[in-house]
Order: sequence, then structure tokens, then C-alpha cells
Amino acid sequence: MKPGWRRGLGRFASDRASALGLALLLVLIVAAIFAPILAPFPGDVADFHTANRLRAPDAVNWLGTDRMGSDLLSRILFGARITITIAVVAVGSAVLVGVPIGLVAGYYGGWPSNLLMRVSDIFLAVPQIVLAIAIAQTLGPSIENVILALSITYWPFWARLVFAETRSLKNEVFIESAIALGASPLRVMTLHVLPNIASAIIVRTSIGMGATILTAAALGFLGLGAPPPTPEWGRMIAESREFLPEAWWYATVPGVAIFMVVMGFNLLGDGLRDFLDPRIRRGAGVK
Amino acid sequence: MTQAILSLGDLQVHFAVRGPFNRRVGSIKAVDGVSFDLMPGEVFGLVGESGCGKSTLGKAIMGIHKPTAGEIWFEGQRIDGLTPAARRAVRHSLQYAYQDPGASLDPRWKIGSSLHEPLVIHTDLDAAARDARIRSILEAVGLPDTHLDLYPHEISGGQQRRVGLARILTLHPKVVILDEPTSGLDVSVQATVLSLFRGLRETFDLTYVLISHDLAVIRTMCSRVAVMYLGRIVESGPTDAIFDRPRHPYTRSLVAAIPKIGGVRVTRDFWLQGEPPDPGNLPSGCRFRTRCPKATDLCAREEPALSALAPGAVACHFPD
Amino acid sequence: MTALLAVEDLSLGFATEAGFASVLDRVSLSIERGQVLGLVGESGCGKTTLARAILGVLPRETARITGGRVSFRGTDLLTADPASVNQTIRGRAITFVPQDPFTSFNPVFTVGDQIMEILKWKSPRADQPHGRGWLPAVVSRYPADRKRLDFDAVLELLDAVQLPRPDQMLRKYPHELSGGQRQRLMIAMALLPGPDLVIADEPTTALDVTIQAQILGLIRRLATERNVAVLLTTHDLGAAYEICDAVNVMYAGQDVESAPVDRFFAAPAHPYTTKLLASLPDADGTARGIPGEVPGLITPPGGCRFHPRCERADGPCREERPPVDQLGGGHWVRCYHPHREAT
Repeated sequence: MKPGWRRGLGRFASDRASALGLALLLVLIVAAIFAPILAPFPGDVADFHTANRLRAPDAVNWLGTDRMGSDLLSRILFGARITITIAVVAVGSAVLVGVPIGLVAGYYGGWPSNLLMRVSDIFLAVPQIVLAIAIAQTLGPSIENVILALSITYWPFWARLVFAETRSLKNEVFIESAIALGASPLRVMTLHVLPNIASAIIVRTSIGMGATILTAAALGFLGLGAPPPTPEWGRMIAESREFLPEAWWYATVPGVAIFMVVMGFNLLGDGLRDFLDPRIRRGAGVK
Repeated sequence: MTQAILSLGDLQVHFAVRGPFNRRVGSIKAVDGVSFDLMPGEVFGLVGESGCGKSTLGKAIMGIHKPTAGEIWFEGQRIDGLTPAARRAVRHSLQYAYQDPGASLDPRWKIGSSLHEPLVIHTDLDAAARDARIRSILEAVGLPDTHLDLYPHEISGGQQRRVGLARILTLHPKVVILDEPTSGLDVSVQATVLSLFRGLRETFDLTYVLISHDLAVIRTMCSRVAVMYLGRIVESGPTDAIFDRPRHPYTRSLVAAIPKIGGVRVTRDFWLQGEPPDPGNLPSGCRFRTRCPKATDLCAREEPALSALAPGAVACHFPD
Repeated sequence: MTALLAVEDLSLGFATEAGFASVLDRVSLSIERGQVLGLVGESGCGKTTLARAILGVLPRETARITGGRVSFRGTDLLTADPASVNQTIRGRAITFVPQDPFTSFNPVFTVGDQIMEILKWKSPRADQPHGRGWLPAVVSRYPADRKRLDFDAVLELLDAVQLPRPDQMLRKYPHELSGGQRQRLMIAMALLPGPDLVIADEPTTALDVTIQAQILGLIRRLATERNVAVLLTTHDLGAAYEICDAVNVMYAGQDVESAPVDRFFAAPAHPYTTKLLASLPDADGTARGIPGEVPGLITPPGGCRFHPRCERADGPCREERPPVDQLGGGHWVRCYHPHREAT
């Protein structure tokens, strides 16, 4: 249990921005898990009813229908599953690759660390979306390839963050004394450095999720994501282009969904950063 | 005749001064030829002002800094060239207490875990045995068992300090290097901390190397003292001799600078002028000669070696 | 003769997350012209806060003054017009030597620039109000003739504080100087405006013992030569003994004793003072600590705040703060059971 978390949790929940962020994400998660139950027309993920195409929002289709006549609300809800999958898997693998690399590079220094950091610099030098497009193009359009492209381009952010934090933490007295006590490097890295930089990683991860969803949506928009009829939000926006501006709901609905989810992650990340700030967490008050 | 438990032979620790393009343009000789023998059970003081190299020396003994030259012998074994793995075994018996031992605690670990850690690393004791040893150490430093479940920030600074010391003692070391243990503490707290150190030394049969710039602390704690100036020992000997009959001009200035309450005011006629020279650019010959009232040509030509002069040793061409 | 500075019953505190911390509780002190007064106390006793209160540089959002006066040359600084206090008193009549000379300098300007900047505003030769007409003060000119005079004064004072080759020193950056040199500069900067009172907040704590001896001697000499009063806060009793004319002791926000220096060390009256002196290491190694810990200031002990750690404490000590008890010869103590000299 992290020290002082009870007081911090109270502060976290009372901060409106982070509470909103948390709420938005809960909506996303609930939508993803309970899509089959919540969707009024669960079959519309694959089915189409051309007679109903491009209906404006009304009592039957609360958010209107798309060009195939499928209910947008249902497709959005199922699309939430795809969104979460992409975000979690892509960011998760980026974290699992980037964090150890950053740890080792930051702890040891010298030429191996230089090498690792220059490699990550190479990846960082190319705009993420360009690199992701290139990879996804090469491998072919599918959700799996989108995830792969995103994780390959994203791990350097964590590597660099962890590298910087590890390097500065290495000068702390308690790290030096753990080494003086005879702790092995592995022990120091995993049991001492990692817990102390975890908050920075968590915050970056939360914000990274939001950015990843945006990039994934962009890839989907460009047609590099899943093939139709997968209800991926970016792809839905792409499909809507030719029907604008009359079928305004077609682009707006997935757009708002993306917006809310990304904002949710960003607000949560900001709130987590304040919540996890050691000064607030560990404030013992004035003596 | 008892064997020295720790021995330094002409130890040197130089730090490179790097210019542009990371080229070595000079070096700072933080420790420049230090030798001494530490006898079991004694409290050996290393005193000097900032920049004299005493902290670097302490860290070099611990292996935190790599010596540039010279030898370190511990319990009959040479330890300065060991691999990190072999070094770890030595750390069992030779420990280092930071200026603020409380800062050596990981803020995210419970105190109990921090206390277990040295034993987990170095011994094969099972949890119960570790627990027993920790509890006895906590008692020795005067802390209650309930502290085991607390985090460092939940106890006071003084108690953190005790926990930090307890952590070092769990390994039952033979020698503990105390680096500025009272720096920054209020006078009344200093007294408590020093008596804690004394008590621990008796209970655990420890040998101390006490590094400090505070002469009063050195005087009350140490049996033998070495005075350092710019990387070398300029005088050493029994504490009373150093303070009552200093022979090296620098030692005399140090002793003269201490206010003596109830006595003559020292600041009125304090004679030592100026500051120590730039450590990257030491004067030729004796490094104290730029401030020494007795300096002669000989002092500029030849650096005096630390030579025995009963009851201790002095590095000066014209000791008192 | 009215005192140069008289703090009367000053009480103030800080608003914190955990409550209101009562940092100063009815503290009084007085300094005469040219007197060096030592304000002694351990960490948390409020001496730095008192120094800041006199200068008027307490944090605005959290500090609240709940009572008392700070009377300087007859005017109460707490109620005077802030703009005029800023112009004529702060940095001019009362100057400050901080504890840590390193962080007190701006690292990106040479020390010469920083010193001349001070003199642009606070030189004793500057008599016009700042600013020209409607232009803000920041863009006002530095008259060339005054600048020359000021520069000469700087060189002369740097010489007085024993800094070698002052003209070269002025061209250096703060990180190129040693702690002792920086502290000498701070002392020079504190004396340049020609103050009546210099507040030195632990000026030698961060320095080596030989440099400390030099700096303390310097402060004393300059204070006597220029008839400048000095309020020296310190936790080092030895430093207080060396250069102070009188010593005040503070504990946990309360002032507990005051005496001329020789009397103070020869016959301390307050139990805290005696314990403090006893905790200094003797030559033979005995030193007694004070049991217990400094109290928190959000819910401090009632009455005399030292009572939880005092073996002489009884009922009245816990209820009501002891009044000033004049022991004669300028020595007063606030205690119901002071140590009395054997007559």
C-alpha cells in the first residue's frame, strides 16, 4: 500500500478534472464490457439494412445510422472494445519493452546505455504516425498490425523517461546506500528504482493511452486498420467523409467518442500525477 | 601485538577535470597519498575542512570511489581491486553511515522491510531468525517494535536516523565509517546522537572511523585523530596531544579557531588568513605554505612527508 | 535612550494544511545603536522567522501577524506605509546577510553586476525617488557621476572585507567563488547602503571553522568601526560568545532569556539555557542531551512551551507564560523557577 494514499485518494476524487477523467474512462470500460447488452441492435456490428441507411438520430436509432443502415450507437459501443484492446495492448507492450531498456541504460551508463538511447532516439526522430503508417502499410491492414506498429514506435518514450528518472534517482542517498549495503544491480533496479519511478511511468502511460487511441484512429481513418465491417472509430469517420455535411451525425458520433476517451485519459493522467506527487502523498504536515 | 583491522597504504583518489570534447585537462587530487592503520576497537577521527578529501577517503574505503593508486587492506585481505561481486562480501563487515542515516531508507519501503534487506542480501537466515535479530537491534537503538510497520516519513527525523543506523548494524559489522554524523544537528540533539554511537560501540564491539569537520565532536569521541589538508594527512596522533599540543601550523590554526566559551575570544586575533588554494592547482612543495607564517624556500621546494614525531606524526619541515 | 530596534510582544503564525502554526508567541527584543545582539536557538525556534518579520519579508499568503509591534527608529514597521518602508528601510537602513551565500546570488550575472544593481536603488547617495515621471522605476537611469562614486565605495568596502583584487573579483560569476568569498561579498553588500542595522541569519553555519573565525571577526570589526548594529541569529553558542554584546535565547517561538554576554555564559538562569550550555561537548567528553523533542507549533504546549522537557515545571508553567523577571544588570528571564546565582 502506498503511504498516505487515503488522504490522496480523497483529494483525487474531489478534484473535478480527475473525477471527470475517471468517469469518462469508466463509461468506456462499461461500454466495452457490456456492449452486447447495452447495444440496442447488437447485430449491427456485421448486419446491414440498406433501407435504413443514413437516418438522422431519432427514437429508434438514438445516434442515427451509417451508410449501411447499421445503428451507430451499437457500432460505437462495440467499437469501444477495439479501442480498449488497441490501447491496452499497444501501450502495454511499449511499456514492457521501454521500461526495462530505460532502467538498464539509466543504471549502468557507459557505452551500452549510449547505444540504447541512440537507438531510441532514432525511433523518436521519426514522427510516430509516419512510422506507424509505414509499418502498417508494409504489413497490411489489420488491428494486429496497427497494434504492432504502435508499440514499435511508442516504446522509446518510456525508455527515455525511465532512463532520465533512473539516472537522477541513482544519486539519491538511499540508492547509493542500498548499493553500499551490497544489493545486486538487479535488486536495486527492480526493488528500489522501479517503485520510486512508478508514478512517472503510470502518469505517462495514462496519457500515452490517449495518444495511442488518437493515432490508432488516424490509422483507421487512413484505412490501415481493420477492414470493414469492423466498427473501429477511426474507420467510421473515414467512411463518413463522403456523406458530410448532411449526415453530420455519422462523423460527429465517433469523433465525440474519440474525444471523450482521449480527454478522459489525459484528465486521469493529470489527476494521477498530482495524486502521486510525493509531496502531497507524503505530507506529514508542519511540525 | 594486535593486527590493524583496516590499513591504508599511500592511497590516492584523483578525479579527472575534463575540458571540451571530454579531454582530460587536469586532475583534482582529492586524496593524495594517505596511509594509516586502524586498530580494532578504537574510534579514529579524520578531521579537516571542506575540500580536504576526508569524505572522498571514506567513500574510497567503501568502494564507492575507485582508488587511482595505493592499497586498502581489510582484515588481512586486500580489497581495493576486488570485483563488485567480491566487494559485496566485504561490505558485510565494513559499513558506511551517511551523514543522515535516515536518508538511506527507501521512502517507499516499510521500515521492517528496510531492516530485513541487509540480512536478505548477505545471510541465509530464515524469516524468523531475521526477525529476532532485527528486534534486538531495534531495542539496542531505542526504538519500539511498532516502528516495523511504519514508513520513514511517518516517524521523526531523529528516529529515522536510528533506523538507518539499525540497518547498518543488522549485519554485525566490525568497522563502521561515520561520515559527518552530527552535521546540521542542533547541539542538544548532537549530544544524544553521540551518546547513542558510544552505546552502540560498546554493545556491538565496533570500530569507528569518524569523519567530521566539527572539532568538538572529534575531541569527545575519538581516541586518535588524523588532520587532513588538501588530500594529505598533515598531522596525526592521540586526541589530547593534537588538541593540547598541535605541532603542524594548520592544526594549530584549526584548534585556535574553536571558540572557547569563558575564555579569550579567538576571533579577535585569529591569524590564519586567506583560503585553501584551488585543489586543481596545488602549490609546489608543501601545500600549506601559501598560508603558513613559517614558510621558507625549503617549503616551496620539497613536500614534507608524514614522519613520526612522538606521540604521533607530523608532515612539516618546521613542526613546533 | 530609545533603542534602535524594539520588537514588542510580536506574535505571528503560518496557515498550513494541518492548521495554524503559532511560530512566534509574544516575542520581544531590543537592540541599541552599534550593539551586536545574538539571537540563539535551535532549529524551529523561530529566529529566522523573527528576522524575516523585522525585514517584512514573510510569505504574504500564509503568514499572519496576530499582535505586537516592530519599532525601528521610533516607527512601527508593521503599520507603516509599505512603499516607504521598501524605499527607505528595507535594504537601506536595515540590511540582511543570509545563511547560504550561494543561493543568494543570481547565477547568470556577475557579482559586480549584482552589487551595482543594489547600489542603483539603495545607494546612500541616491536621494531622488525612483523613476522619472511616468516611466516605471525599472527603466530609470543610473546617473553616471553617482555610479562612479558608488563604484569607488564598492572597491573600498571589498577591501575592508579582505577580498583580494576587488576589481577582478567583480567580474566573476558566483559559482567561481568559494563560500568564504561569497559570504564576504554578502557582508559587503549589506554594508554598502550604509545601514543602521544588519541582520545576519546564521552567516557562518555553512562555513569551515577557520573561515568562520575570519568572518565572525570581520563582522565584529566592521560593526564596531561603522557603528552598525547587528542582529546575529545562530544556533552556535560559540559564535555568540565570540562577537556578541548580548544574547537572547528563543525556544519554540518564545523568548526565554536575555543577558549581556559574559553574564549569559557565566550565570544562565533559564533551565533551557543551562541545558543548552550543558549539551556542548566538554573536553573530557561529557555532553548531556535534552530529553524529549521540540514541540510542534500547531498545537504547542500551553504556558511556557518548554515545560514538557523541564524538570522544574509545575502548574503555573503549564497554564500561563511566565512574565519577564528582571535579574539586574540587563539580565532578564521568563521563568517561574529560574536558576538563581548564589549570593
